[in-house]
Amino acid sequence: MSAENPISQPAVDAAVSEALAAISAASDLAGLKAARQSTVGEQSAIAQLNAQMKSVPNEFKAEAGALIGKARATLNEAFAAKEAEFWAVEQAAKLAAEAVDVTAAPEPARIGARHPLSLLQDTIADVFVGMGWEIEEGPEVESEWFNFDALNFDADHPARAMQDTFFVEPVESHLVLRTHTSPVQVRSMLSREVPIYVLCPGRVFRTDELDATHTPVFHQVEGLAVDKGLTMADLRGTLEHFARIMFGPDAQIRLRPSFFPFTEPSAELDVWHPGAKGGARWVEWGGCGMVNPNVLKAAGIDPEVYSGFAFGMGIERTLMFRNDVKDMHDMVESDVRFSEQFGVSI
Amino acid sequence: MRVPLSWLAEYVDVPGDATPDSVMAELVKVGLEEEGSHGFDVTGPVVVGEVLEFSEEPQTNGKTIRWCQVRVAAAGQKAADGGDDVRGIVCGASNFEVGDKVVVCLPGAVLPGDFKIAARSTYGHVSDGMMASARELNLSDDHAGIIRLHELGLDPKIGTDALELLQLTEQAAEVNVTPDRGYCFSIRGIAREYAHATGGEFRDPIGNAHPESTSGFNLKIEDQSPIRGRQGCHRFVLRSVKNVDTKRPTPPWMVARLKLAGMRSISLIVDITNYVMLEMGQPLHAYDADKLQGGITVRRANAGETIKTLDGQERKLNVEDLVIADDAGAIGIAGVMGGERTEVSDATVNVMIEAANFDPISIARSARRHKLPSEASKRYERGVDNNVAEYAAARVVQLLEVQALGTSESFGADFREHIEQTPIWLPVNFATELVGVEYSAEETVSILNQIGCVVATVDGGYEVIAPSWRPDLTHKTDLVEEIARIGGYERIPSRLPVAPPGRGLNAKQKNRRAVVNTLAGSGHVEVLTYPFVSASANQLFSANKIATVKLANPLQGDADEMRVSILPGLIDAAKRNLSRGLTDLAIFEEGSVFLPAAKVGANAELPVGNQRPSEAQLKELNDTVPAQPHHVAGIFTGNRTAQQVGVKSVESGYADAIHAVRVLAKSVGVPVELRQAQPTGFHPGRTAEIVVTIQGKEVVIGVAGELDPTVAANHDLPRRVGAFEINLEQLFEAAPKVIQAGVLLTMPAATQDLSLVVANEVPAGELLSVIREGAGDLLERVVLVDDYRGANVAEGHKSLTFALRFRAADRTLTQVEASEARDKAVELAHLRFGATLRA
Repeated sequence: MSAENPISQPAVDAAVSEALAAISAASDLAGLKAARQSTVGEQSAIAQLNAQMKSVPNEFKAEAGALIGKARATLNEAFAAKEAEFWAVEQAAKLAAEAVDVTAAPEPARIGARHPLSLLQDTIADVFVGMGWEIEEGPEVESEWFNFDALNFDADHPARAMQDTFFVEPVESHLVLRTHTSPVQVRSMLSREVPIYVLCPGRVFRTDELDATHTPVFHQVEGLAVDKGLTMADLRGTLEHFARIMFGPDAQIRLRPSFFPFTEPSAELDVWHPGAKGGARWVEWGGCGMVNPNVLKAAGIDPEVYSGFAFGMGIERTLMFRNDVKDMHDMVESDVRFSEQFGVSI
Repeated sequence: MRVPLSWLAEYVDVPGDATPDSVMAELVKVGLEEEGSHGFDVTGPVVVGEVLEFSEEPQTNGKTIRWCQVRVAAAGQKAADGGDDVRGIVCGASNFEVGDKVVVCLPGAVLPGDFKIAARSTYGHVSDGMMASARELNLSDDHAGIIRLHELGLDPKIGTDALELLQLTEQAAEVNVTPDRGYCFSIRGIAREYAHATGGEFRDPIGNAHPESTSGFNLKIEDQSPIRGRQGCHRFVLRSVKNVDTKRPTPPWMVARLKLAGMRSISLIVDITNYVMLEMGQPLHAYDADKLQGGITVRRANAGETIKTLDGQERKLNVEDLVIADDAGAIGIAGVMGGERTEVSDATVNVMIEAANFDPISIARSARRHKLPSEASKRYERGVDNNVAEYAAARVVQLLEVQALGTSESFGADFREHIEQTPIWLPVNFATELVGVEYSAEETVSILNQIGCVVATVDGGYEVIAPSWRPDLTHKTDLVEEIARIGGYERIPSRLPVAPPGRGLNAKQKNRRAVVNTLAGSGHVEVLTYPFVSASANQLFSANKIATVKLANPLQGDADEMRVSILPGLIDAAKRNLSRGLTDLAIFEEGSVFLPAAKVGANAELPVGNQRPSEAQLKELNDTVPAQPHHVAGIFTGNRTAQQVGVKSVESGYADAIHAVRVLAKSVGVPVELRQAQPTGFHPGRTAEIVVTIQGKEVVIGVAGELDPTVAANHDLPRRVGAFEINLEQLFEAAPKVIQAGVLLTMPAATQDLSLVVANEVPAGELLSVIREGAGDLLERVVLVDDYRGANVAEGHKSLTFALRFRAADRTLTQVEASEARDKAVELAHLRFGATLRA
């Protein structure tokens, strides 16, 4: 006769049901911890049953092991479930206690902003960089030769006197504060190989007193393309593309005959601004034209082989009608509230 | 140029219902930009009245008024305002007599300045209208008395509409004339352009003038020193008119047109010369022939010569000035202003009319030299039609005969320099190639003919002779502009050219964007200030006087230098914000500063346009241009953190400035080191020099800290003002072209704290470097977490606590290994600074 198997189904069931009762009797995490000690700890009924494994006859060992294993799994599951239940209750209380008024959230750091004039220059630069153009810059205190002579402004021509120029002392220095970004055109043509497609944004100066629509220090962006076979149609196409990006797909441009010493033919440029405050309308935007052959020659480019177009517009003016800035003072007075309206996008 | 519409309509078809706006809308198509409209701003009823009687009534205020009875309509008929035919009117003027015909503004009339006429009680009467002076009607500045119509040579019927009579219903359009189109400073030129815009018929006003040959006057043209090789005078016509009646009034229609065109009526003779100038674009001058001494010579001024000009100024002439002289000396600065000695006056009987043409450059220089921009010089500078002088002179003679009852004579002179006109070569397809519009041969020739060119069609193109009024047409591209302009810019198609593949922003441009975007992204607000500063502001941050770029003609006398630092501008910006109640500031600006070039002026002769300078010339030229490095600077005032729910306020100061520098340097991958420093203008104990390594050399590229509180106080700023300024050119030189990544170690780290006691003078930054050096490669990161002074730390000493993090590449580090590394750091710190472990 074989020895009796102490790890029988009834014995295991009894231990399990005793343990489950203890688990469900626990009322908090501490109680559950105590219950765990008493129901699966070293002194627990299930542990004591397990301790008898060595007296189990060999032929029942596998069965007994399975019984114990299953019992432990049942108990672990019960503990986990109970634990999750307590955790949820505890967390709910904690979360309730931690609640704040989010509308009173403090600002741990300052919020910065770019100036819209510099943002707009970057935005415009990106439009042209996207078309394969490159960005050129030049000095703001500039030699008269670059600012005037190379641009076909004769020393005695009234167009030169009309520029309201700031001069640098002494007069023999022949330096001016550049009156436009056009000298950068000349510098680009002197330093680059044709074909040239460059955009020149920057600060320029005229002796105008500050008022609602004028400032002695302002910004322009100037475009220059020199290549074989460029025509006014290329100028128009470029300006149209630019206008649509700046003012929406319904923007149009209009050219009116005009005069600039450095372009021939020359045109004033109007843009149809569909989003203008107070209704869509034509707005004067800038000047443009085909590069005057004298300017090409001043940069050593043969006008019989190459042609070019150029255009320029004021950044302040663009900002005024694009973003409805009504007074130039706002752009130059460094009031932080002005920049803060724009953040870092425009 | 202001264009009275009825005057325009004499020489080109203008619709009867044309307005200044409709005329400007046409002119803008051909390149004359609209400027605005002008009128007299008077509306009726304004009628001719006759003074029937008046009584003089002295007033207590010392004035004497006249209480007048004025007939304003035929007896028994209603007046223009529906009222009685005779009105009682109070008048303050006393220049009229009974029987005078006058201009009466009846109730309902509105005069310039929105002055509404109504019957009103004044000086004990009801004044039922107003008798007008010339000024009250916007006709002239004359307010000495009311208008007496017989003085204007008028005797209209009572009740006549005075606005029509005096042409006060006339309106003018004003257009902007670009400097290449001098001929448009005339009704003649504008009418021609209006015809181009509308297709209407142009009737050249020279058709109304009938030049006659003149001779006998002793005229010499002697330009001994032409400017830039150009003869000063190429046309000079003199016409004599005798026995003029200078007492005659200028006819009202002429006064009205002159006024609308922006010129004052002066005297009949002067008005006529101005009128013809406006009509034909030819400046004219009238001499009192009896004041001329001998003949006339056109020459350059003699050294030391002077002239008293029409404005009464005694002027020293320059030997470059072209003058008109008689035997007794200069009687006019050619093309600029006449002389007083030979001026026409009320006493003038015989007149000599001058219609001349001068070299634009000579006139432009004289006008600028004497600061005398005049209607004449404006036209000469831009070029006057070389063939119009005799017509203009004839027109003046004709008007003097009609209006001043003078008699013309054949006595005079006529000089004409022969100018060879070389044709401009226009290749057949050139206009199409430049504009992108197909122009047929017919259209090309037709347009060029329209603007007055003579065109010869030859093989492969056209030989074009520009008209005498278009000296600006010298090159084939000038002709292309005319073809495009008259053909219409709206015909230009649209084509987007494809640029070769670009390289994007260059390194400097990318870096500058990174800096400004990072500063904005980390709580700083970008501002832009003017780069004009005062001499003292420019020296604010320099220990030794720094050389500056000065302006010759600053807008504000005290801001006459270009900045060498951005901070003075930011200080002003901060001040303005503070004055507007914006106290917590973190502002920055990126831009250039200006350092004078070592070399003043290029010696090499530079080509004037149309020719590329040599490399040597360009280099020399560029050497004269000041260095203009980009800087970035910032200012901090008030609180970094405002007081908020659960948060105490934190004041801004040096830490904000240093943080900004660290952040912006990090944005372009440059590690910076701080060095305690005392730069001028900054707080001596709270300021750091910023050091970077450029090609193995340590370079100070800027400062960060706090402004000297005295500097802050002098600029009405609070005591604590954080400030920094960095030379970006140098920062970018230190920036890696491509940042090389290190290996990220992933084994577990061991952390330790370390408290070291050192003398107060030891900079924490240096101690930190020593810890890093001593601990060796296992030390991954070390930061300063505390600076304790007080109990348990010796007097004059401080306890600095650092948090250390160790990590090995290949194994989990034990605390023992970490401690060994730490101990080596302590050892080195002891050796260098006498540091001891805090007990």
